[in-house]
This record gives sequence, C-alpha cells and structure tokens, in this order.
Amino acid sequence: MPVALETIGLQKHFGGIAAVNGVSLQIERGARHALIGPNGAGKTTVINLLTGVLSASAGRILLQGEDITRLDVHRRVARGLARTFQINQLFLDLSPIETVGLAVSQRLGVGAQWWRMVGSNAAVVEEAADILEKFALADVMLERTGNLPYGKQRLLEIALAIACRPQVLLLDEPAAGVPEAERRDILATVAALPADVTVLLIEHDMDLVFSFAQRISVLVNGALLLDGAPDEVARDARVKAVYLGEAAHA
Amino acid sequence: MEYVFWAVALASLFLLPGQHLILTEIAWLGLFALSLDLILGYAGIISLGHAAFFGLGAYVAALAAKHGIIAEPVLALIASGIAAALLGFATSFLVLRGSDLTRLMVTLGVALIMREIANQIPDLTGGADGLQGVRIGPILGVFEFDIFGHVGYAYCLAVLFALFLLARRIVHSPFGLSLRAVKANPLRGSSVGIPVNARLVAIYTLAAGYAGVAGALLAQTTAFASLEVFSFERSADLLLVLILGGLGYLYGGLIGALIFKFLQDWLANLTPQYWQFWIGAVFVLIVLLGRERMGSWIRRALPRPKGV
Amino acid sequence: MLTILFDGIAYGMLLFVLACGLSVTLGLMNFVNLAHGAFAMAGGYITLILVNRMGVPFFAALALAFLASALIGALLERTLYVHVYGRSPLDQVLFTIGLVFMAVAGTDYFMGAQQVFIQIPSSLQGRFEVLGVGIGRYRLFIIVLCGILTIVLQLILMQTRFGSRLRASVDDARVARGLGINVNAVFALTFAFGSGLAGLGGALGAELLGLDPTFPLKYMVYFLIVVTVGGTSTMTGPFLASLLIGIADIFGKYYVPRFGAFVIYTVMIVLLLVRPQGLFARATR
Repeated sequence: MPVALETIGLQKHFGGIAAVNGVSLQIERGARHALIGPNGAGKTTVINLLTGVLSASAGRILLQGEDITRLDVHRRVARGLARTFQINQLFLDLSPIETVGLAVSQRLGVGAQWWRMVGSNAAVVEEAADILEKFALADVMLERTGNLPYGKQRLLEIALAIACRPQVLLLDEPAAGVPEAERRDILATVAALPADVTVLLIEHDMDLVFSFAQRISVLVNGALLLDGAPDEVARDARVKAVYLGEAAHA
Repeated sequence: MEYVFWAVALASLFLLPGQHLILTEIAWLGLFALSLDLILGYAGIISLGHAAFFGLGAYVAALAAKHGIIAEPVLALIASGIAAALLGFATSFLVLRGSDLTRLMVTLGVALIMREIANQIPDLTGGADGLQGVRIGPILGVFEFDIFGHVGYAYCLAVLFALFLLARRIVHSPFGLSLRAVKANPLRGSSVGIPVNARLVAIYTLAAGYAGVAGALLAQTTAFASLEVFSFERSADLLLVLILGGLGYLYGGLIGALIFKFLQDWLANLTPQYWQFWIGAVFVLIVLLGRERMGSWIRRALPRPKGV
Repeated sequence: MLTILFDGIAYGMLLFVLACGLSVTLGLMNFVNLAHGAFAMAGGYITLILVNRMGVPFFAALALAFLASALIGALLERTLYVHVYGRSPLDQVLFTIGLVFMAVAGTDYFMGAQQVFIQIPSSLQGRFEVLGVGIGRYRLFIIVLCGILTIVLQLILMQTRFGSRLRASVDDARVARGLGINVNAVFALTFAFGSGLAGLGGALGAELLGLDPTFPLKYMVYFLIVVTVGGTSTMTGPFLASLLIGIADIFGKYYVPRFGAFVIYTVMIVLLLVRPQGLFARATR
C-alpha cells in the first residue's frame, strides 16, 4: 500500500527540551491509524508539526511522497492535509454555513473573489449545506457558532476539516470534552469517513481507539515506543507499564 | 435604512449650502475612517500610523497640482490613491507578524518616518509651513472649485459614495468573509486553507489606497498640504473617529466622522486653544464606559453585514 | 568623537531612567502606557516651579520631583488605570492617548506653550577637559546619578524580597498569584516607582531634551523603542537598548543630521521584524 503520510526523524526542540525526538512514522493510504500516549508525550506537538503550525527543528515530512516540511499551513491544506483541534478552533461570530462555505470556496479556488456576494455561488452553498446535513448541523446552520452547544461545535469542527476534502485527516481528540450522550454521534461520524481518506487519530478514549484503529503508534516522551496492530499494542508489557505506571502515580 | 443615510447625504448637498465646508471635511474624514475600518474593524490590524498613507496621498495631489504634473483633480486623485496603495503594499509585510504592540510600534514608526522625510525635503514639501501656491484645476475640466465649497463637497461626496460602494461589495464577498474569519481566528483560517498573509496584505494595501484618496481630497479641497498630515495626532484622532461610530460595519467611520466633527467644532468654540484636552477626556471616557456599549445602539439601527 | 560618545552615553542613561518604568509596567501587566511621558513632564515642570519660582535647591527639587511624580502615578493608577487592566491593547492605547492629550493640553493651559529652562546650579555648569575629551559637568552628573540609580534598581530587583516578588510576577503573574504574591500591590508600587523615576528623568532631562508641553508626545516613540528593543523581561535589556539608542541618536544627529531621526525609526522597525520579542529578551519567549 502506498504511503500517504510519512515523517523521517521528526524533531522539535523548545529551548533545551526535545518535545518530539526523532519520530519516524509511516501511515498507509486509507489507514485508520491511532496515535496514543500519556499526557505530555507530544502527540499534539506532532500534529502541529505535521500541519505546519510549528516548524520542525529537524527531520522531514512527506505527504503523498512529496516533501512538505517547509510549506506554510495553508499550502499543506491545499495539498490535501486537514486537521481538527483538540480545543475547538472555530469562528465564533460566523454561522456554520458561513464557516463551512469558507472552507469549500477556498478549496474550489474562489475564496478570494471580492466582487460577488457571499452565497451567490450555488456550488459552494450546495456543498456546504450538504456537509452540514451529513453532520446533523443543518438545523443550526444559520446560528452564530458561539451560541451552539459544545457537542454541535465539536461536530462542526470535524465538518470543517472534511469540507477541505482532505486526503489525509488528522483528528486531535475529537471526543474530548463531549458529553457521553453525544459521543456516539462523534464516533459514528469518525467511523463513517470515506475509505480512501487516510485518518490519523489522537485519542485518550481507549474504547474509541481500539474500535477504530487498524494500526496504533505509541508516543512516550516525544519518541515512538511501539508501532503495530491493536492486539500487539494491547499485549505489550512496556505499553502497560507506561499507562499503568501513570495510573499508579495518579 | 442605508438608502435613508445616502438620501440625507445627497439632500444636504442641496438643502444645507451654508454647511458645505464642514460637510466636506466630514466627507473625507469619513473616507479616512472607512479605510481604517477596513484594516481594524475587518482584519483586526491595529494601526497608530494610518496618517502615513493619508499624508502621502495629500502631498501627491498637492504637488501634482502645484507643479502642473497632473492638472485634472480626478486623475491626481487616482494617482494619490495608487501611490498610497503602493506604500501600503510595501509596508504591509511589517504588520503581518508580531503582537498588537509590535503593530502599534511599526505603524507609528512608518508614519514618523514619512513625516521626517517630508520634513527633510522642504524644497519639495514646503516643510513645516506647508506647500504654498497650490492651485487646483477644474474637475473633469469643467467644474471649478468655488470658495463656498459647493463643488468641493459634491466632489468629495461623489468620491466617498463610489469608494463606499466598492468597499461594501468587498466586505460582503467571499474575500470579506475570509477577512472576518482571519480576524476571528487566524490559526483556524490558515488551517482551512486561507492564505492569511496574502489576505492581510491585500486589505492593507486597499485601505492604504483609500486613506491616500482621503488625503488627496483634503489637499484638493483646501489647496494646501503640510507636515501635519502625517502627524501622530491625526492617526490618534482617527482611531477616536472610528471608535465613536463603531468598528466593523462600514458606516462606523462615516457616523464617527459626523460625531467627531460636531464635537470638535463645539469644543473649539468653548475653548479655542485647549479643545485637545476635552478630546482626550472623550478618549478616556469612551474606554471607561466601554466601546461596545457606546457603539451598540448605533449599530442596532443599521444593518450588520450578513453572510448568506 | 569621544565627546559625542560621552554625550550619547549621558543621553542613553537618561533614557533608561525615563523608560525603565514603562518596561516593567509592560512586562508586568502587559499594559501599554503611552502616557508614561506625561509623568516625566510632570517631574520636569514640578522641578521648574520648585527651583525657578520657589528657590528650592536643585538637588532637593530632584528628590521632590521623584516623590511627586510617584504620588501622581500612584493616584492615577488607583483611580483610573485600574479600570482598564484586562482590556484589549486597543482600549489601553486609546485610554492612555486620551490621558496624554489631557496632560499636554492641561500643561499648556497652566504653564504656557513655550519651552522652559530649569536653573541648574553653577556647580553643574560648564565643561572640563580630561585627556582631550570635553566633559560637560551636567552630563557627567547625569551619568553618575543614573548609574547609581541603575545599580540601586538592580540591587532592589535582585537582593530584596520585593524584588524577587516583582521578578516572579513579571515572569508569570498567574503562578505568582498562586504562590500568594499580591501581584496587584506589586504592580501598584512598581507603577508608582516607575512614574517617580520618569519624573526624575524629566527633571534631569529638561536641560538635555528640552521641556515643553509636547514632551510626552515627542519622546513617546523613544520610550517605546527602548521597551520594544530591550524587551520587558529583564532590566539589562532596556538598559543596553537605551544606551544603544542614545548613542545612535546622538551620532546620527551629529554626523548625518539630515538622516539622524531616520536612523532610530529604521533601526526600530528592522529590529521589530527580526526579533519581535526584543533584542535582549530571553530566547524562550
């Protein structure tokens, strides 16, 4: 299987601390890959490096075989890499339809048009409404995002990433902070993602991880401890030690 | 509601001939404030040096007229706008990075440099005394400026209206929406593929051009330009004008200009020398009372830019 | 040339005393106080009144100027500034600009718009030669006094409990509060002290910089430059920045008078681009 996303010796230093220390990952196209690890292991830092929010101190990042290590955040999105944020990063004053519409029009290359009215491009509006429909947000699509309940905001967060029609999707704890009752929606959405989209999931919820992932990477203190099939990881003594050890201290 | 605003403005052209001089000032001040709204209200860029573009526009227009380079005012106006836009483009990369404080410093620095340049070439700019002997030609070769300011006002109003329409088009477009997104959450903006820096450079350049046109209007309606067009007071007062009217809905600059001019006029009549004191007090009061509260009752009367 | 260097150092040290209060205020409360120069102006005019009109000895007047400015600072801080701490930078800028305008117009009203000169004691007038370098007595006095102040400030910062509380609060106000440090009290005291220093600087600087009601506006840029170039996390940063700017400005004005002012503004912009956190700030910020 071709490799959709790859890192080679990825490193990130803050002052004297190596938050990410030589991480080499290979994620196959269409994979359902999970990245797990104790708090502070560096998982979100890895996502930030992959998307370009942080620039790597060393190492390379390859998307569909092409080097994107030095690319700006928005260019990586154009190349097919999208993400969601652990803490909702939304445009609170805009409505869901405006938000998704932005992503869609940007993807279609018409995001910078200054002479037509927002909403006059039928293709954009249709697709945006469609996406919101799929995420059960159609009924609130004209509301101010900041007024929506957290669960709906979280769904919008994912919808927004999907609107970029990514080939590789990075989900940073999609179920975080979502009430139990609404978790099912999130899980169902994640499970229903198109098969050709490569998904890298960061999660603490182990049920979600093991039901979703075909492959799991374990990150500890900025380095990869283990990379393998779910049952391999579940059985591994070191992984247990890292998690149990954490529980013992807690 | 918007139609009412412009209907009243047009009516003032015919019904208030005695006020045309001050209305002219309100017109170009409104345009100047509109240009600041574009970057501050829509893109979230704080500037303490917007007068840099205003001043450049003013001098280009004045010099074009004085030395006969461009005798026709509308052409000179366009030239001023382009010159200011170029300066805006050149300095736009300075405001892309850094915190609000950095942007304050940098924009202030640019305006100070412009003022200093003008100060250092008094042969060209007339130095502190200003440019003397500027004669403005008739608009489109036909309409002579008159001392009562009738032609001047009509001219300013026409320019303001045209540029306002353009700005209105832009802020209601996908481009305008992306600006609002970038202002709200630049991280998310770039994460959905919006080239944040490119958008900011574009709006900063446009706003600079608008400010330059406003400066040119000042120069053309008063046939004068001096170093004072670059002054810090001008940039600071501009902030107040926009705040008085409210950010982010385009009419704020115009309404603010109205309020500010009447305020200034009234204060100047009270204390001719020390009205700056009371303007300062207004600044302080507005902040203490809360900008949002002050602007909200105005905004409820006028339509907010809606999305779809 | 050494004389110019000497003058530059005097100017720089004066600038430091004037600006260090602003630096700490910004670093401590993230508050942009554009009105800082108004306190300097207050100190200058108070000294003027004391020395020229009331015959108070110069050195005593300096001390009084410090105290008076500190008091004014404390008063304004408690009554006005305290309402705008959590606000956006735009609000803070508007607020302090308003205060400057009021201060400038108010001073114009009470003292007139012309430039004023404080009578300097004869012991500080004139110059003398040392190894062929012309040393102005007044400038030497400034260097000595400001030097002593700098050392005292550094000692307070490093060796006293208040100093360590201040450093902790600047470093991370939330954590400092969590440790039981009354950050607001620290800030109020520091603000007052910084205003006092500004007032002293204004009094000292009247001779060098010229004193008139537009002082806060004229020199606002310089203070801001010191703060942005020097950073706000240390005291050595602004100190070195002030010296750099003082020397650069004097050299610029002397050797390339047409471009003197540009040098400073351009240096500032370039530095802000290259290192937005300031030239001497700690790298981790």
